[in-house]
Amino acid sequence: MKQHRYIPMTETDCDEMLSAIGISSVDELFADIPEQVRFKGELAIKKAKSESALTKELAQLAAKNADSRTYASFLGAGVYDHYRPIIVDHVISRSEFYTAYTPYQPEISQGELQAIFEFQTMICELTGMDLANSSMYDGGTALAEAGTLVAGHTRRKKLFVSEAVHPEARDVVRSYATGQSIEVVIIPQKDGVTDIARLEEMIDEETAGVLVQYPNFFGQIEDIQKIGEIAHDKGSLFVVSSNPLALGVLTPPGKLGADITVGDAQPFGIPEQFGGPHCGYFAVTKKLMRKVPGRLVGETTDDEGRRGYVLTLQAREQHIRRDKATSNICSNQALNALAASVAMTALGKEGAKEIAYQNIAKTHYAKGAFEKAGFEVKFGGAHFNEIVVNCKKSVKEMNAQLFTKGIIGGYDLGLTYPELANHVLIAVTEQRTKEEIDALVQEMEALHA
Amino acid sequence: MHKDNQPLIFEITKAGRVGYSLTELDVPEVDLSSLMPDGFIRKEDAELPEVSELDIMRHYTALSNRNHGVDNGFYPLGSCTMKYNPKINESVARFPGFANIHPLQDESTVQGALEMIYDLQEHLNEITGMDETTLQPAAGAHGEWTALMMIRAFHEANGDFNRTKVLVPDSAHGTNPASATVAGFDTVTVKSNESGLVDIEDLKSKVGPDTAALMLTNPNTLGLFEEDILEMATIVHGVGGKLYYDGANLNAVMSKARPGDMGFDAVHLNLHKTFTGPHGGGGPGSGPVGVKKDLIPFLPKPVLVKKEDIYTFEYDRPQSIGRVKPFYGNFGIYLRAYTYIRTMGPDGLKAVTEYAVLNANYMMRKLEPYFDLPYTQHCKHEFVLSGRRQKKLGVRTLDMAKRLLDFGYHPPTIYFPLNVEEGMMIEPTETESKETLDSFIDAMIQIAKEVEENPEVVQNAPHTTVINRLDETKAARQPVLRYIKK
Repeated sequence: MKQHRYIPMTETDCDEMLSAIGISSVDELFADIPEQVRFKGELAIKKAKSESALTKELAQLAAKNADSRTYASFLGAGVYDHYRPIIVDHVISRSEFYTAYTPYQPEISQGELQAIFEFQTMICELTGMDLANSSMYDGGTALAEAGTLVAGHTRRKKLFVSEAVHPEARDVVRSYATGQSIEVVIIPQKDGVTDIARLEEMIDEETAGVLVQYPNFFGQIEDIQKIGEIAHDKGSLFVVSSNPLALGVLTPPGKLGADITVGDAQPFGIPEQFGGPHCGYFAVTKKLMRKVPGRLVGETTDDEGRRGYVLTLQAREQHIRRDKATSNICSNQALNALAASVAMTALGKEGAKEIAYQNIAKTHYAKGAFEKAGFEVKFGGAHFNEIVVNCKKSVKEMNAQLFTKGIIGGYDLGLTYPELANHVLIAVTEQRTKEEIDALVQEMEALHA
Repeated sequence: MHKDNQPLIFEITKAGRVGYSLTELDVPEVDLSSLMPDGFIRKEDAELPEVSELDIMRHYTALSNRNHGVDNGFYPLGSCTMKYNPKINESVARFPGFANIHPLQDESTVQGALEMIYDLQEHLNEITGMDETTLQPAAGAHGEWTALMMIRAFHEANGDFNRTKVLVPDSAHGTNPASATVAGFDTVTVKSNESGLVDIEDLKSKVGPDTAALMLTNPNTLGLFEEDILEMATIVHGVGGKLYYDGANLNAVMSKARPGDMGFDAVHLNLHKTFTGPHGGGGPGSGPVGVKKDLIPFLPKPVLVKKEDIYTFEYDRPQSIGRVKPFYGNFGIYLRAYTYIRTMGPDGLKAVTEYAVLNANYMMRKLEPYFDLPYTQHCKHEFVLSGRRQKKLGVRTLDMAKRLLDFGYHPPTIYFPLNVEEGMMIEPTETESKETLDSFIDAMIQIAKEVEENPEVVQNAPHTTVINRLDETKAARQPVLRYIKK
């Protein structure tokens, strides 16, 4: 083939190397592959394209998608269009970060290690927990791993998961639980929050943990302190999945009795990118420190007393414990943890409060506008940046109409909650302007008329 | 060199500074205390930094200068395939139509994304020789576990509940036994023989009606092709077990041998290794799983299908193991892999493998006189040296790895696989030039000489990094896992 820009070997190089090895052709290096399994001929995949031609093709493909920079998006349900400080992309584009492997050689990885140490600290600050790991794949798998952790820790085999937890996260919890033969019981929702009375009836001494979401899938802010007390009364652990951006104004789960707080840091500087990669986080109280899955960065010193950072408490992890490990996680979401750190740093102490406050203010405004237009806004409790609106007609059809007006509508709750057919989950982040909110309400009103 | 502590972002914070720009609120202010109970409202601020935008950029630039990536220099970390990360991938992943699309948008508004996913799955099917692929798993270990859950569901669907054991060779990646455990299996270790390959007799003695699967990396972690693969497949299939392929080493065999043709029933790939992810300092990755026909019903849902040029997710999959991840996997990462595959084409991928293997063999033969080479046959994309000759002189492999830092290299993977004493696992990849390989070889030879003539310089290495060897015992005994304001 022609010389390729990613492969620097020339014909001369090749000849010299073959002769150093003592062979005459590269084929000899593959002679150990048995004839019957040797692949002959050419892979039936698309031919190579030049940089320009491929860029053009993929730009055209991307242009077939409707993006939240062109459309006004009211779709949330776990993934949000938030302010992404432009500096985030400049930092994570530094290839010293993105072309590095896991920092196993601390002397030449102090940058990554320190950045993760700072990430762990910021997650602790927001969640009110004692310590946090270096990241998980996403909020859903972090919740699932919290489920297996509490089962292992309590040696019990039953998890109670609120119906107001993200339906896809619940699915993942169930998949993980199957592997460990853990039973998953759903606590029903009532008025958009976990039905505490039902939980009290259902919970028993076999319960390893209670898993809730804060704010929950409907945007409602649950009384998690109460739920935590119920869990602890039965000797089970309390797990809270939390949108960390909301914690700029909400009381952190660590102050309300959570033993484990997990969630996804996507709202901090990470694009939606069709659902991944995002950035799970995993924070615990001190007593669970040695049970945490994934990598932890700790501070130490060198022989001259200089401060430095290393991966620590590795005896928990798969590469040491192998079949005794309680989690198999290896790769995590380090680059996205870096992105989230930069966004949390840029927002800082004041910005974290202001952005959370703006979400509440705008959502409250949207709620009022819907009610004024005669829509029923379901569930009366306190809410963060999402509300449930009764459309009294097919959400799919309504969204198709809204799309023609430049609006990406909300999540069709009927897909996962049959009793909420014709109800839409509307997310209003700080990115949505008053004009966009008014336009949404007006268009929905017009469709209704 | 920097001899002072690098400040933490929290140590350069100053009350009142900001690094953000939020649009002024254009709706009426609200009184939080009237909207929610007092207990819901945070009383103490989260102590996040207070810094200007330039402070942030300088801070992270300083950190990046204390970090080594492939773009800084050679990174022959065995089993990790630290190849060049093409820049077109980064540009494509940032196209607004890919970066700013929501996973729950109506399918009609994301047909471009779905078309890419479908086409990538087809490409991966062909590259691996499998029948269908899911892109849902977020990383290699996640893919291993996903495939094992499918194998478990397959056996259970056949009414076969006694297959509790997963066989794993002693040279396997640590994730293999860990994934087996998390999927609810017991792990049985299979020994390697004197050639570094799976000991067939040991395998035969360990398979039986309780065998769920054999997990195998081929070429294995010694960089050696398991020549008896067909016999192994016959043995495992003969007792009703499934054969699982750990794709960490796929860079060694692309368009030379396909897992699907070797008898494997399931395979995971590490798109961040073979297909230029990149590694991101530890992630995010992407760990698709390819399967043969009889495992298709158990794939995680939803499954993307094409109906008359329209792409749509199918949810009605009664035998599916369920979701393993919210949404559809690490889209932004497998989009990069797709861009790479389309950049290389069939000729390119073949060349990748040929040069990866040529480079490894060249280095192996050049270093063979200076270090013990436990397995002397031609290797594939990587090889494992032993530092036992140097250990007799009082210098450990860890010391030699640290000495390499002084030459500006990331060291090889060390003390792995576990069946080689003082192992050094070297994987050059195809993107490195002969000049780079020669310089690294020279450094290794110099270190081997230093071990004989001046061992202290190796034992006390590194000498040129921003920090010396760190006290890991202290880090583990008195864990400090977050900054606390003094």
